[in-house]
Amino acid sequence: MSAHSPLSSAGAKQAEAAGKLGHKRPSWYLRLKSWWNDRSRWQQWLLLLVVVILAYLLPVINPPLITTEPSNDFAISCFNMALYGLVALGLNVVVGQAGLLDLGYIGFFAVGAYTASLWTSPDSPLVHIPYLWTLPLAMIVTVVFGIALGIPTLRLRGDYLAIVTLGFGEIIRLLATIIPVLKGNTGFQNIGRPPGEIDGSPIFSASNGLPWYWFTVTVIVIVMILLGNLERSRVGRAWFAIREDEDAAEIMGVPTFRFKLAAFGTGAALGGLSGALLAGQVGFVNNQKFDVPTSILFLAAVILGGQGNKLGVVIGGAIVAYVPLRFTALGGWKFLIFGVVLVLLMIFRSQGLFGKKPKLLTYTARIRRKVKHEASPEPGDPPHEATASATDRSGIDENTDRSGIDENTDDGDEGGRA
Amino acid sequence: MSGEWISFDFGALLNSFWATTFDGLTLGAIYALVALGYTLVYGVLNLINFAHSEVFIAGAFAVVFFLSSLGFGPSAPTLPLGMLILDLVLAGIIAMVVSGGTAIIVERVAYKPLRDRGASRLAFLISAIGMSFVLQYIFFEWRGPNAEPSVTMFRPKPIFEVFGAIIDSQQLTIVIAALIMMVCVDQVVRRTKLGRGIRAVAQDPDTATLMGVNRERIIVATFAIGGFLAGAAALFYVMRVPAGVFYMGGFILGIKAFTAAVLGGIGNVRGALLGGLLVGLIGNYGATILGDSQWTDVVIFVVLILVLMIRPNGILGTNLGEARV
Amino acid sequence: MNADANLTEVAPERDIAVAEGDTLVKVKDLSVVFGGLTALDSVSFDIRRGEILGLIGPNGAGKTTCFNAMTGVYKPSQGSVMLEGHSLLGLKKHRITRLGLARTFQNIRLFGEMTALENVAVGLDARHKSGMISAMLRTPRHYREEKQIITRGMELLEFVGIADRALDRAKDLPYGYQRRLEIARALATDPKLLCLDEPAAGFNPAEKEELMELIHTVRDEGYTILLIEHDMKLVMGVTDRIVVLEFGKKIADDIPSAIREDPAVIAAYLGQEEPDATA
Repeated sequence: MSAHSPLSSAGAKQAEAAGKLGHKRPSWYLRLKSWWNDRSRWQQWLLLLVVVILAYLLPVINPPLITTEPSNDFAISCFNMALYGLVALGLNVVVGQAGLLDLGYIGFFAVGAYTASLWTSPDSPLVHIPYLWTLPLAMIVTVVFGIALGIPTLRLRGDYLAIVTLGFGEIIRLLATIIPVLKGNTGFQNIGRPPGEIDGSPIFSASNGLPWYWFTVTVIVIVMILLGNLERSRVGRAWFAIREDEDAAEIMGVPTFRFKLAAFGTGAALGGLSGALLAGQVGFVNNQKFDVPTSILFLAAVILGGQGNKLGVVIGGAIVAYVPLRFTALGGWKFLIFGVVLVLLMIFRSQGLFGKKPKLLTYTARIRRKVKHEASPEPGDPPHEATASATDRSGIDENTDRSGIDENTDDGDEGGRA
Repeated sequence: MSGEWISFDFGALLNSFWATTFDGLTLGAIYALVALGYTLVYGVLNLINFAHSEVFIAGAFAVVFFLSSLGFGPSAPTLPLGMLILDLVLAGIIAMVVSGGTAIIVERVAYKPLRDRGASRLAFLISAIGMSFVLQYIFFEWRGPNAEPSVTMFRPKPIFEVFGAIIDSQQLTIVIAALIMMVCVDQVVRRTKLGRGIRAVAQDPDTATLMGVNRERIIVATFAIGGFLAGAAALFYVMRVPAGVFYMGGFILGIKAFTAAVLGGIGNVRGALLGGLLVGLIGNYGATILGDSQWTDVVIFVVLILVLMIRPNGILGTNLGEARV
Repeated sequence: MNADANLTEVAPERDIAVAEGDTLVKVKDLSVVFGGLTALDSVSFDIRRGEILGLIGPNGAGKTTCFNAMTGVYKPSQGSVMLEGHSLLGLKKHRITRLGLARTFQNIRLFGEMTALENVAVGLDARHKSGMISAMLRTPRHYREEKQIITRGMELLEFVGIADRALDRAKDLPYGYQRRLEIARALATDPKLLCLDEPAAGFNPAEKEELMELIHTVRDEGYTILLIEHDMKLVMGVTDRIVVLEFGKKIADDIPSAIREDPAVIAAYLGQEEPDATA
């Protein structure tokens, strides 16, 4: 056994690995990471809790400079940021995890929005159902669309899939114009909203973004936990393997087509959910919101955040939604600047702002302990207390894994200390 | 719910079959010229040049500006034929230079730095999308959201009649000129030293480099050729669709051209020609049968999906994917 | 090398329909044609359970083609491949793997960004059943399978001798480790037949020696092995039986000592840059 211990110095090892990759992590990132890894598990949880609470309170605090007011109501802006975050989370499953290039994700978003409209708006001839029911319904409908699109097209590779999905997005948009029941430019008014009233006025309304924002953030948290569970399972590994080398994955026994379809369906469902949320908050849907440039904006959110990193892409989505709301005065320049930023980002940091490889096993901590045990440090090798604390922490790590809420322990990887 | 929204009127197509066909071929020729740019770049780099649509529309702006400065306007000018041809040729050359230059700028800004860093394929795509945004909104900020005032080059005159349908001078000009250019490109790729270089890089970049091919120069040349063709297409586009020059115009046509390239088999020069003509025809037929030009793109994309289901690499595409492992 | 690995974990009970020494895989009249060029011409041979069969031949003789036709990568124009009496032709590649045919790649094709253990986990997943629901809701089956990954996965890594780098990215591993990881990943799918495509390519003699030992150990665990190899010395030393291909045709099929003397084989290798035929 070599003297090299995989746990000896996580930070240094990472710098070395990053060097091999060709793009170096900025030093602030490494320092932040090693600082984070030095916290004990309960400290990490506490910090995350604070961050989540702060996220919930963001529109209430309405911080100066950051706020989008007076041009845009900050709570509604926050809702839009959260919504883009949710969209990015869904698209990340398709693009970031399974490596399928989808340029027409907007199509699913549109299907979701129209599902909510058709079943709740008085302008629709259909039977009406409570708004909250349209959320799962939108997911089911979009999954059907996703599978219907996926079955003929997922055998295609890379760029062919890109153009076909782009075509799908366009078809949906054009059909919304052509099919009379979808009411084209006139659209649907008074789309439903979740129940509940305070002093006779509805809690969820188009003018009050706060409840919508809280609702969406809650959805994001739940979705992140579920997606985290998927990531660290057979499904997540299959997706990652497909993204790395589809042929090799197939030969290693991965039913690639089925898993690609699963990724497509999962992404579609989240796109549909986001669309239905948008329809509910705005209360109005017409054919003007679902064009290809917006679809590309979604993709840009995923790339910006760092594909593969769930929290990263949510932040990416939030940024993409935030900039035009904050800098309204920029007008068309914001897209120009956005384009420049995309080019620069790809040149200097093509893995995105927070790109990192996800963990793919449920029991990473237990394995780390096992490897460490096997590597059985020679006396005097790594300091004693470090070993003890690492083992200690791993134990807790495993417990949290079991509860299924290990989403936020993600950054605790590489165990040891720098 | 009304079942009225879709109805198939094959009679309408039968009534105007040849006229629809000739117009479809005219549009198809323009698509094919732009599709060639996608296909050539894809050939050497294995990448979609997402900004190619803006390369094209830059040429269209150039044509409009140049011709307006010569006094062309909404109504056809009264010029001697020789002068008209000279003006149009000049406009074409200017458009080709502008589009070619834009293509080279796109390559240098959005592709070269990434190539030097060995970025992933997705990174190239995003950077090209970024470049596409930049160019689009430069046009937007500069010229506003509305289309340029239309420029009429000449009034289409009936030349001859085939199967009861009239072929006019505009259609004839566009199709013949486009075909000549495509044959030239095909011959350049097949016969010249530059063409050999392009094919070598397309087949195996590493070996090509070892054999003394200057890959960088080939890449720039390929972008330039694609740009020239897009410039030529821009001239014909302004001729056929005079009111279509605005910041999103390139994007709208680009999607069709890109579809054409994929339909024919991306990376294949003759596939781009075939794909372009097919997309022109299919779009026109579909719109006629369904009675509304809104259907054009829907029909094109549905046909694309159907074709790819049967031939996953396009009509003339080679099955490279199958031979791997 | 960790010979003391827990053997039941490396080679668990597998349901193999044929007895030791009987025909496990039957390749019959297998032909592959590429656009008019016959790369493999009516090749037939058997692989018996528990043996190490060498598949050799000069460059371009059709070894890898034969391999690819067996594992479903190429579509044969004629002939059959039977595993335990069931035809493999026309099956999806992942089905073939799950039926019990695993392989490594001549040009290493690991999932580079995954850790070594995660690579093995993908192989183990070939036998796992957790799907979307099970993974999202973390059912007991999910936990059982994930636990198996750390026990069996680590055993496999130990078995091939690379457990110390289990948590390193595959692309960061040294070359020799990557080759071994490929074997571990293939073993993880519980194969009845393990196909190794030039596993010693790029190795120095000492490393080749170690690899030979490993292949022997794998066989001793009860695996059947098909070995494509260029290096005659390695093949002669490790195999029980050898099939020789030349120009897509089988020219010999015998035990190593007989192959060494076979005039057709010697003729085939004469003029080759590798005079190892007489080694």
